[in-house]
Amino acid sequence: MKIKVKNLNVSFGESHILKNINMSIPENSVTALIGPSGCGKSTFIRSVNRMNDLIPTFQHDGKILLDDKDVYDSKVDVVNLRKKVGMVFQKPNPFPKSIFENVAYGLRIHGETDEEIIEQIVEDSLKAAAIWDEVEDKLDNSAMGLSGGQQQRLCIARTIAVNPEVILMDEPCSALDPISTLKIEDLIHKLKNDYTIVMVTHNMQQATRVSEYTSFFLSGELIESDYTDQLFVSPKEQKTEDYITGRFG
Amino acid sequence: MNFRRLWSPKTSQKIMNVVFVLSGIVTLLILIIILGYVIIRGLPAINLEFLFTSPLESGKEGGIFPMIISSLYVTIIAALIATPLGVGAAIYMSEYAKNQKLIKFIRFGAETLASIPSIIFGLFGLAFFVVFMGIGWSILSGGLVLALMALPTIFQVSEVTLSSIPSSYKEGSYGLGATKLQTIFNVVLPAAIPGIITGVILAITRAISEAAAVMYAVGSSLAIPISLFDPGRPLPLHLYILATEGISLENAYGTAAVLIIIVLILTVSTNILVENYQKKIMGK
Repeated sequence: MKIKVKNLNVSFGESHILKNINMSIPENSVTALIGPSGCGKSTFIRSVNRMNDLIPTFQHDGKILLDDKDVYDSKVDVVNLRKKVGMVFQKPNPFPKSIFENVAYGLRIHGETDEEIIEQIVEDSLKAAAIWDEVEDKLDNSAMGLSGGQQQRLCIARTIAVNPEVILMDEPCSALDPISTLKIEDLIHKLKNDYTIVMVTHNMQQATRVSEYTSFFLSGELIESDYTDQLFVSPKEQKTEDYITGRFG
Repeated sequence: MNFRRLWSPKTSQKIMNVVFVLSGIVTLLILIIILGYVIIRGLPAINLEFLFTSPLESGKEGGIFPMIISSLYVTIIAALIATPLGVGAAIYMSEYAKNQKLIKFIRFGAETLASIPSIIFGLFGLAFFVVFMGIGWSILSGGLVLALMALPTIFQVSEVTLSSIPSSYKEGSYGLGATKLQTIFNVVLPAAIPGIITGVILAITRAISEAAAVMYAVGSSLAIPISLFDPGRPLPLHLYILATEGISLENAYGTAAVLIIIVLILTVSTNILVENYQKKIMGK
């Protein structure tokens, strides 16, 4: 198991967002997190790479073990953690820089200065994110001029460039058209061979298309976790069944 | 306004269209008339000799070269001091400060500083830099006074710009493992540069046009200032003296025209640079 979550509770100020989450995420697989808006899926993945630390009212207890080491341990360096656990956001958010510099950014901030190495990794990452063919002759153009789908694949390339082990995706296709969505899903299929992917999605078809494991969240609680085929075909919990059959959410 | 009783909505729309267009035209006309008048009156005095020689007989004859140098000198010093301070304070406000009361207080302070009349800055410069700190009438004293005047503008414009940078840029950077400092210097500031430069130019063109603020601090020397501690006489001060002491109205207009042209060159060239940079980073 790449990630093990033990009795995780998260609150922001007075509101208790995640309640007693226990969960395991296997290595080199895609795990989808589903559930209605506000159920705590995003809060959950943002706890894994400690993005929630940026919010002053954030409090937690319990453990999130990455390779059996608690990410909230006082010895953990957040910089290294976020290098290991990359994140792709809901809305594509490239930097207002050239396509090349967007991907090179992570390498530069982590101290890589050899331009040849940077060029090589940028090319490899753009290829791995299935966008190289579309941008190879305009690497110096601004990333802001790309389409939404291209921007999102660029953001995936940017994440891959720093060589993470886990990639968290927070509804990566919700701002994209169906064709771009398909391209990202194909990409996720390929990426799972090398990375552990945890993906929040609102789209249950998407969860069945790309993931091997699915976890269903409701009101801050983890209701059920199982193989994706299992969970969608014969859920064990009534609440899961109600949700996936569209009775609410 | 309620025109319903008098005119149909269509008619009142037409009337207001004319009113708005006229307001725009009048604003533009005022600018053109002032610029045009000064430049037409001043151009006959301007030639290479006027630009590149020193004044003779207190400025009745000769050129304004020392004044151009003085103006550029004090303005560059003001920009070098006020820009890092103003931008630094703006970064503190937008990225670090958490106490809302303190933030409001600093903002209020900057607004007040911006509203102090320039002659008061001049008097303060005389009392503090020239006399108390013993710097004397000098380019440095003048530059420091102008820096104080430019500071609130640079701070305010930078703060607004920095706060408008989308938080998604910062999240993207933190998500890759960047520290706060790396994020500020590599993502936030580059995205904010067009706005910050616009603020700096706004402040600097005000500073270069100041006579009242520098008259007690910079001295009134007709010589070319070399060191920071030499006195000087920036263009607006020279213009003021030429006009009030009745030395030469022609040369006063010539000086005014040169000042306006310098300000125009500064504004237009930075606008072009900023637009090109914007196109480069935003791709449109």
